[in-house]
Amino acid sequence: MTTPVATTTAALAVQDLEVAYTVRGIDRAVLRGVSFSIAPGEAYGLVGESGCGKSTTAYAAVRYLPRNGKIVSGRVLVAGEDVTGMSTRELQHFRATEASMVYQDPAQAMNPSVKIGRQLVECFTLLGQSKTDAAASALEALHRVRIADPTRVMDRYPFQLSGGMQQRVVIAMALACDPKLLVLDEPTTGLDATVEAEVLDLVRTLREETNAAVLLIAHNLGIIRSLCDRVGVMYAGRIVEEGPSHQVFDDPQHPYTVGLLRSLPRHGVRKTERALATIPGILPLIGTDLPTCVFLDRCPLADETCRTVVPPVAPVGDDGLRFTRCHHPDRIHELVEAEPDVPIGMLAASDGNPEVLELTHVSKTFRQRNVNVPALVDVDLQLAEGETLGIVGESGSGKSTLAKTILGIESADSGGAVALDGHTVPPNTTARSTDDKRAMQMVFQNPDSALNRSWSVRRILMRSVEKLTGVKGDAANARVEALAAHLRLTPRHLDLKPRQLSGGLKQRVAIARAFAGDPRIVVCDEPTSALDVSVQAAILNLLADLQSEERTSYVFITHDMGVVRYLADRIAVMYLGRIQEVGPTDEVFHGPNHPYTEALLSAIPSVDGEPSKRIRLQGEIPSPANPPSGCVFHPRCPRVIKGVCDVSEPPLAEVSPGHAMRCHIPIDELRRLQQDPSTTA
Amino acid sequence: MSDTDDVVPHREEIISTPGIDMMVPTVSTTTMITSPTTPAEIELSGAVQVSERQQARRENWRLIRRRPAFIIGTLIVLVWTVCAIFGDKITPHSPLDYRAGTHLSPRATFPFGTDEQGRDVLSRVMAGARDVIKVAPLAALLGVLFGVIVGMVMGYFGGWLDNTLSRIVEAFLALPVLLVALLAVTTLGSSTSVVIGVVAALFTPVVARTVRSAVLAERDLDYVTSAKLRGESSIFVMFREILPNVSGPIIVELTVRVGYAVFTVATLAFLGAGPQAPSPDWGLQVSDGFRVISAGIWWTTLFPAAAIASLVIAVNLIADSVQSVLEAS
Repeated sequence: MTTPVATTTAALAVQDLEVAYTVRGIDRAVLRGVSFSIAPGEAYGLVGESGCGKSTTAYAAVRYLPRNGKIVSGRVLVAGEDVTGMSTRELQHFRATEASMVYQDPAQAMNPSVKIGRQLVECFTLLGQSKTDAAASALEALHRVRIADPTRVMDRYPFQLSGGMQQRVVIAMALACDPKLLVLDEPTTGLDATVEAEVLDLVRTLREETNAAVLLIAHNLGIIRSLCDRVGVMYAGRIVEEGPSHQVFDDPQHPYTVGLLRSLPRHGVRKTERALATIPGILPLIGTDLPTCVFLDRCPLADETCRTVVPPVAPVGDDGLRFTRCHHPDRIHELVEAEPDVPIGMLAASDGNPEVLELTHVSKTFRQRNVNVPALVDVDLQLAEGETLGIVGESGSGKSTLAKTILGIESADSGGAVALDGHTVPPNTTARSTDDKRAMQMVFQNPDSALNRSWSVRRILMRSVEKLTGVKGDAANARVEALAAHLRLTPRHLDLKPRQLSGGLKQRVAIARAFAGDPRIVVCDEPTSALDVSVQAAILNLLADLQSEERTSYVFITHDMGVVRYLADRIAVMYLGRIQEVGPTDEVFHGPNHPYTEALLSAIPSVDGEPSKRIRLQGEIPSPANPPSGCVFHPRCPRVIKGVCDVSEPPLAEVSPGHAMRCHIPIDELRRLQQDPSTTA
Repeated sequence: MSDTDDVVPHREEIISTPGIDMMVPTVSTTTMITSPTTPAEIELSGAVQVSERQQARRENWRLIRRRPAFIIGTLIVLVWTVCAIFGDKITPHSPLDYRAGTHLSPRATFPFGTDEQGRDVLSRVMAGARDVIKVAPLAALLGVLFGVIVGMVMGYFGGWLDNTLSRIVEAFLALPVLLVALLAVTTLGSSTSVVIGVVAALFTPVVARTVRSAVLAERDLDYVTSAKLRGESSIFVMFREILPNVSGPIIVELTVRVGYAVFTVATLAFLGAGPQAPSPDWGLQVSDGFRVISAGIWWTTLFPAAAIASLVIAVNLIADSVQSVLEAS
């Protein structure tokens, strides 16, 4: 076994761990012999697609499995103590003093009806401190997680804090006992990019301060790379590759790792250059009998040896730090160099295309408890035929409201206009003609919510075809079948209910429904954020293909900069209901940027290593009900000009043809500032 | 669970083990079903084919059928249904005929004894099932029907309509059920249709509230938005899109309401608002017989009362089974 640290000294040592879940009386294997160890002060990351067993590993490490889960064999040692054999009392003591866990949703980790102060103080009194000592320790703990005003935060309820603040408090609680092991399960998944960057910075600093070992579970490879010394790639309950994270991500040695990395839109690749690679097949269901290589069914290199012999743990390099579980590490380069199997037919949207959508002075104000909340403020946008307009911004920036207003799910305030193919359409969808409705359709973020779960796929598609095109009966059925075939759904899929389909297939059905009436514009609201990366790649390829064939225009809302860069021709950056910057994708990515775009771009942890510039925004996103004076971004802007930015709001002014931004700083000045790393905050 | 069949497990079952939601590994919100036995169906696109044809409904029905409570409940209901259908064709004696001495205690020829007019109590109890079995389910069904319509409108439209209807519903719920029923029946007459109508009206607000909360959880889902985007009418969205997805709580409500209906109808009859003498209705029999209990003549009250109880319990056993299976799924 290539264990870089001796198990006696390791903060966490997992040895041949096998875990099974009992479902309907049958034990179904989830972990199939997982072994790894983490040295004190080291950060270890586990990556893999959903269902691969990474969370189960984390829960098993602190023996916190669900009731139907059990450790079949193997050992878990935390700081030399065997967790698997502990009694309930010992386990309690162990969790109170040795190991802590931070979950994905901080709101669920805290008691909603108890003030932060009391919850935090309790953590310390449990450790045997007196009330007064505990109160002091609690304040100190909040200081430690860089909360600016701990006394005030102590007096608040969890719901009064933002998500980032909540996660800081949870981390403070987790660190209360000075744990030897800190388990972080998707700690930033629910947070916005700029907040995520702050939390990750915090975890990085705290790690150095506390010398706690960190086990980080994340599906985002960039986060793992930016935070972890070593990484284990999991597949179907087994670690298939392990090594220093930069080595594994730069030079993967297992076919699965290669597939995972190749399905990400990276290195600024665009849809016009190449299609994304996908991993064929699906993750085997838990409990499936996998006698030899777990990746066998999906591996392009699989041969007779793989089918009959369990792959050995093959060391990579001479330092003993890396291994891969593969029979053919010598053939990995074939995969890395292989062209994606899907050809590209994507044409760049050229300037001469006619405009299909134009928004002029579109605003949307919600009325909440007698207060006007402006969610969209004076938005002007154009969309050409066959073009993809990416909309990026953090939560609360008005992205989704913009989508809903275009589609007429929300009615725009009077004074603004949404024009389709040159004619103004009514603000509400119910008042729009059938032709207008069929011209604009939507693909939603979560297909589970977007597809009626009691309808069959055929009925879902049929209804849309009938309603939007007016075709009925056999003709409609023929159209449904053609549509399904076009979206690479087989006829068998048509008679299934959504719950019988995988996430990727469900999203395909949702896309098919949007295309039922040959739409001119499809609004995609984060259509891949609920999907695993390999499935995401397939969906993005499909969207690009459909666009090049049908000349459909997309409004593509996302928070994933890699995705938007791959798919979008132009990008609009939103903040607090306003468009801050809009321009061609390359210009927006290369800069000079609006300072907010600059911060967004530098906040993204990249799987290819850290971006050269690091800008961290201070403070929280302000409430749209009470926007800051002047430029709405000025309180958080690292380049704010006092006396100018807080007084007047800059106009959305063109800085080069087709590229506009809302900033007081002249473009040449921005270019100079952004090229010089010493001037960044 | 004891049954170890070969049904393919759903991933969602792992993440929805009762009571441990917090600590369960988040496999994914996007769950899927597939069969490990059919790798050939796995297609290139990273998607999955499905072999498991078994519908959720059939699976639930199978689970319900296996519950002892359900079996016992169904047997009791079946017995009373047979009595109700065949009535005096299968009773040992005529339920309305004077046959023997009055107030004979239970004996071989009259296992339940005879009443003050010498009628066989067993025959009367058997024949009396007809009134209840006819009235209670109809009243419950009607009440649930109205309740679904009102609740659907409240939940789907929301706003002032929901506010107004909610206040009316609350006002109805504040009224003492029996008093109102008694008042209505005495004013409108005690015909079967009036009893059914009154009980249904009393159940409507309760059902409406249940349906409303179920609809509230559905109406913000994206499939409703999608329906609006293709121009569906509100009626279509409510009754074709949403209704199938809230059928679980409605079915539970229906079974529970049948139990309450049996009880309410019997109580009304006991109070004289229902079938009149010489009907063998259970409530009426109890009301006729209970005055003589103190004289030691217990059988004229006990047997019809036990009949009411058995039916209520049986319906509740069924309701419980349905509820626990539907809510677990």
